[in-house]
Amino acid sequence: MSPTQIAALLAAGLGLVVLALLPYYADAYYLSLAISLLQFTVLATAWGMFSGPTRYVSLATTAFFGVGAYTVAVLGEVLAWPLVLLIATAIGALMAMVVGISTLRLSGLHFVIFTFGLAELVRQLVIWYEVNKTRVLGRYVFVDITQNDIYWQLLALAVAVFAIGWLIARSRLGFALRIIGEDETVAKHCGINVTLAKVTLFAISAVFITLVGAIMAPRWTYIEPSIAFNPTISFQVVIMALLGGAHRLWGPAVGAIPLTLLFEFLSARFPSTSTLIIGIVFLLIVYALPSGVVGLWERVSRRKPEPPAAPQVQT
Amino acid sequence: MTAASSAPVLEVSGLTRAFGGLVAVNAVDLAVQPGQIVGLLGPNGSGKTTALNLISGVLRPDSGSIRFAGQAIEGMPAHRIARLGLARTFQLVRVLNGMSCAENVKAGLAFHRPPLSRGEIDESVDRLLRRVGLANRAGLPASGLTYIDCKRLELARALALKPRLLLLDEWLAGLNPSELLIGIELIRSLKDEGLSVLLVEHVMDAIRSLCDRCVVMNSGRRIAEGRPDEVLADPAVIEAYLGVSTDA
Repeated sequence: MSPTQIAALLAAGLGLVVLALLPYYADAYYLSLAISLLQFTVLATAWGMFSGPTRYVSLATTAFFGVGAYTVAVLGEVLAWPLVLLIATAIGALMAMVVGISTLRLSGLHFVIFTFGLAELVRQLVIWYEVNKTRVLGRYVFVDITQNDIYWQLLALAVAVFAIGWLIARSRLGFALRIIGEDETVAKHCGINVTLAKVTLFAISAVFITLVGAIMAPRWTYIEPSIAFNPTISFQVVIMALLGGAHRLWGPAVGAIPLTLLFEFLSARFPSTSTLIIGIVFLLIVYALPSGVVGLWERVSRRKPEPPAAPQVQT
Repeated sequence: MTAASSAPVLEVSGLTRAFGGLVAVNAVDLAVQPGQIVGLLGPNGSGKTTALNLISGVLRPDSGSIRFAGQAIEGMPAHRIARLGLARTFQLVRVLNGMSCAENVKAGLAFHRPPLSRGEIDESVDRLLRRVGLANRAGLPASGLTYIDCKRLELARALALKPRLLLLDEWLAGLNPSELLIGIELIRSLKDEGLSVLLVEHVMDAIRSLCDRCVVMNSGRRIAEGRPDEVLADPAVIEAYLGVSTDA
């Protein structure tokens, strides 16, 4: 390893220690803000892990997030916590595989619509079940998980999402996905099982999103479908990843941090118009920074021709 | 030559594919023997590219059989056909513009079964780039290549699959006369290495100098088959290309 790599590794390790100790020196407000930041960092990074290389825009984030939250709501009091997380992982992966196998053969535009519909479908199914079977719309989440626990779990998940993303980028799967993103027909003729590669990555990405939902559930104490399956989350994650630049592993995080702060500020200061402002921010990002902050930075620092564009809807 | 290697590399019979009411490929038979270059000719819209797409697995045939290296491949997904050793280039050249030249070639090397080692891949990238005349371009982005160099790069990627059969879809089209000579020599040298080639081509000089046999298609049907000089003199072929003579 070169000296700069060792320095970067040391800095990352030190930063991680500082972050891990945050609950001991931050007050409740900053802890809650840190939880939001970590939540969106993991969500946007997991989203970019799939959508960056494949250029499929998924709006299913909230579907997986909500399924994770509901897994905790249903099983949290019955089973041990690690087991609940394990089941959430399994459900997220299974759902992603079923969705992936049935939709990833579609073109990008159909995929966007389908994933948006999926979130709504799952929400309506949960409402139907709760109204007709359990006869209550909401559930209380009584589990022995503190805010500190939530924070540490999210931090561990963030480390995991970057580690796995880094490993995938260096694997044959990562190379296959870059080729698929460039030209799917060429990918097939290079011997790549395109469907398998896409479904695998979609499932890995979905597991992280499901786990965020599961870990976040105890924060609410009371959840109902409109909270757990809030479609705004799907859009926020897309905006964050595009602002940062989804073609690099650490790009979405670069977008997630400032936008989480912005959205917190907006919803506190302008609660009624925040959605409108978020929409305008989205438009500005897509027009002004098609390759995200990371893409702009690469262009300026290397003076190279246009880097790969941000995820676009394939037609 | 052993009995096994004298069997055709590719044997297509009764190949048919329709799009709605249009039968793009209609009961076409063709065969490529080991080490042969076979030309697939015909006017625009006669179904040549569709035939290649059926063979390489982009499209599924409605009926007919395709045997490649003794195995039935009709309806098999493209990636499995590629792994069996059938490589192709595209009519509209397809290089991976966001990647370097070396990565473009690596795309053809990274998914072999069984997988190659990292050292074998790096060594093969250099060898293949040199083979097509792109030595010293390894690190350059593919987006900066000229048209002929894009074609060379696409060929290197196809050769990276270690194919037994290469499908070339108008690989020589759009080259200037001096580039054309280089291109023809390159294809001939592949044949000398024992590779079998099925090429769709309009450049008559190339067809005459390269092809062992030719199959001519018109409106989805095979209308002639034989040595290049024979089929190019065939009245039915001349009529397909030039229309019916209206001499009195």
